[in-house]
Amino acid sequence: MKVVIMGCGRVGARLAGLLDTDGHTVTVLDVDSYSFRRLPPNFNGTALVGNGLDEEALKRAGIEETDAFVAVTQGDNRNVTAAQIAKHIFNVPRVICRIYDPLRQELYNTLGLETISPTKIFAQLLKETLES
Amino acid sequence: MYIIVVGGGRIGYYLTKALLDEGHEVLIIEKSATICETVNDELGSICFRGDGCETATLDEAGTSRADMLIAVTGHDEDNLVACQVAKHKFNVPRTVARIRNPKHETLFKKLGVDVPISSTNVILEHIEQEVPTHPLTHLLEIRDKGLEIVEVKIPPGSTTAGKSVRELSLPEGSKLALVIRKEGKHHVPTVNTVLRAEDRIIALITPESEEALRNALRGE
Repeated sequence: MKVVIMGCGRVGARLAGLLDTDGHTVTVLDVDSYSFRRLPPNFNGTALVGNGLDEEALKRAGIEETDAFVAVTQGDNRNVTAAQIAKHIFNVPRVICRIYDPLRQELYNTLGLETISPTKIFAQLLKETLES
Repeated sequence: MYIIVVGGGRIGYYLTKALLDEGHEVLIIEKSATICETVNDELGSICFRGDGCETATLDEAGTSRADMLIAVTGHDEDNLVACQVAKHKFNVPRTVARIRNPKHETLFKKLGVDVPISSTNVILEHIEQEVPTHPLTHLLEIRDKGLEIVEVKIPPGSTTAGKSVRELSLPEGSKLALVIRKEGKHHVPTVNTVLRAEDRIIALITPESEEALRNALRGE
């Protein structure tokens, strides 16, 4: 599977590494090349400097042929916008987007985006851990 | 009308001022405390501190009774999300977003922003008009009909000078509305009107036929 990951933070880099190890073709996009230091040393995928809100940068990252697009930058709005570009302009078959704000996550879920709110999941997990 | 403006920067500030002058009820939503303070000092208590993309903030601001939401922060993605939340969560009838990347215009329209306004394009069009040799100038866009009004100048020595309108192969759907002559006279052209060099033609067209019209009129 071909995957484009936008945002090479801790989550983006780790996901890139895991997918790469499993033999998937991974391209990571970040506005800051310094972020790529987080990628594992044996990473076989592509690391590209570029803004995921820019259609040209997305094309360079191979968005037109990719099977999946994952938006995991620090900005909810950036993730939501890039995910919608991937879904509605480039018709990427699978688009997943991180939204910290649980309310915004619910809204975009109802609008048809596949979203994950780490805030919601982690708070729930902590609660369960504390109560167990 | 109750209008919510997201972003209290320069555009938000002057926009609000103009809207208040027209007698509208306006509320600015702005993240920065400093900007909020300045706005409240100068325009009265109309600035609400908060993130205009957050459902909770918009709820507090009474967005469900707003007639319009205008998002003019400096970030396209923030403006998009503010408009989408307003539209889909609070059923605001009309949303307007400022966009910096002109390529986002189509996407934003598709995603529920009623009027995306590309500040980059607006500035470009104004500058275009000031470049004397520019072949085609955008004068006005009629958004809801997908039409625009443009001006085309017939350059000196053009092959179309001396031809009548009938002899031109104008793109389908285009209409010549006005011919302005060098000496300042102007009239509504008919099929028999003969074009002259340095005529300025005002035409109504669709954005797709811009190039065809320019070529038909300038003889390129």
